[in-house]
Amino acid sequence: MKDRFALFSLMGREGALSKVHELIREVKVSRVMTSGPLTVSPNATMSEVKELLRQQRISGCPVVEGDTLVGVVSLEDLIHALETQNLDRPVQDFMTHNKLIVAHAQEPVMEALRRFESTGIGRMPVLDGRDRLVGIITRGDITLALLRTLQGVYSEAEALQDRPQHFFEALESERTDLTLRYHVKRGDFARGGEASAKIKQALLRIGASPQLARRVAIATYEAEINLIIHTDEGGFIHADVQPTEILVVAQDPGPGIPDIEMAQQPGYSTATPEVREMGFGAGMGLVNIKRCTDNMSIWSMVGVGTRIQMFFKVSPDEARKTGAQ
Amino acid sequence: MTLDEILEAVAGEMIVAPPFPVDVEHACASDLMSDVLMFVKPSMLLVTGLTNPQAVRTADMAESPAILFVRGKYPPESTIALAKEMGIALMLSPYTMFDTAGILYVAGLRGIGKLSTVRQQ
Repeated sequence: MKDRFALFSLMGREGALSKVHELIREVKVSRVMTSGPLTVSPNATMSEVKELLRQQRISGCPVVEGDTLVGVVSLEDLIHALETQNLDRPVQDFMTHNKLIVAHAQEPVMEALRRFESTGIGRMPVLDGRDRLVGIITRGDITLALLRTLQGVYSEAEALQDRPQHFFEALESERTDLTLRYHVKRGDFARGGEASAKIKQALLRIGASPQLARRVAIATYEAEINLIIHTDEGGFIHADVQPTEILVVAQDPGPGIPDIEMAQQPGYSTATPEVREMGFGAGMGLVNIKRCTDNMSIWSMVGVGTRIQMFFKVSPDEARKTGAQ
Repeated sequence: MTLDEILEAVAGEMIVAPPFPVDVEHACASDLMSDVLMFVKPSMLLVTGLTNPQAVRTADMAESPAILFVRGKYPPESTIALAKEMGIALMLSPYTMFDTAGILYVAGLRGIGKLSTVRQQ
């Protein structure tokens, strides 16, 4: 148990308690409730209610007329009807109809929890802003949401603990060197960004700081999109990762850039309208790469190809300060 | 600002719910993915009219936890599938980009502030 708390404390501000706190204080009833609940009409017989409760394995349900909530019928009301042998009488004779305790879709779960405690009831119909029935909430719904949140936080913390706390900590050798290679196809927008996402994941897995991983991912993503948009037949991305520096190279066999200086001007682009419609070709790709790297160089020759080299220094700070963001 | 508050403000629809409760501190509205990548801040909401999977990729690179699509443009299945895989929330606003941004600004969400001039050739 002690270990678990240690895990949670790793997560700092985003820890388990703050997640649970947030859930209770800030999450709205609408997110936890069961929407579109089963309902009965006030004219249905208690015998029909008995069948509904039995078949659906529920212990009560709202009674509605059109969109309007008129009452709640529970197992207790059914027992009452059974005892007095009135199963053929309508629901409206047995249901609770005045001083109905309800929850509102937009109120915090906390408020609903308080009402459950002060009234001792087991379920509340949930109304929207216009007093229409939109769901039902039980104590169980709240407990379940809490447990799910805790489970999520716990696995997040576990993943964090599995991650090395120092860059390359898990791999020890005299000269460690990790090479990742990806082929990027021309025009393959559907898979565009896959290589960059994989490089980012790999960096995080070997203990890179989120900031370093983000810098590398953004620069690589821009280069990857360039291979998809501007090349004759795509190209390759290859990342050479070392404990103190990372080199990512994007290379293609054509067509080559006629004027490299021009290509690096903010806003300059040769992209087609179709590419622009997809959100690219704003002429900021190389500018963005430059911003994210510690050093970058472009070599290109028309008819031969293009090679972009992107250097990232792994600062001692970035190498040390990993894990918790 | 929570995603529920955002949805309430723009009378929007949740398409892919986030794996955890999400709070965004800033927003960036753009259809140009390089611009988004240029201005990234953690916990940023991405407001865009671009519904292809690249919007999700961009959000992932930028560590943006949620995307709000504008103009009621429902994203294709490929975008939804990638968002689920990446754990990025997707929402839909029935308003245009301008109206959506205005409504959210009034509701208290802020952008990235003033930027310096970038001269073009």
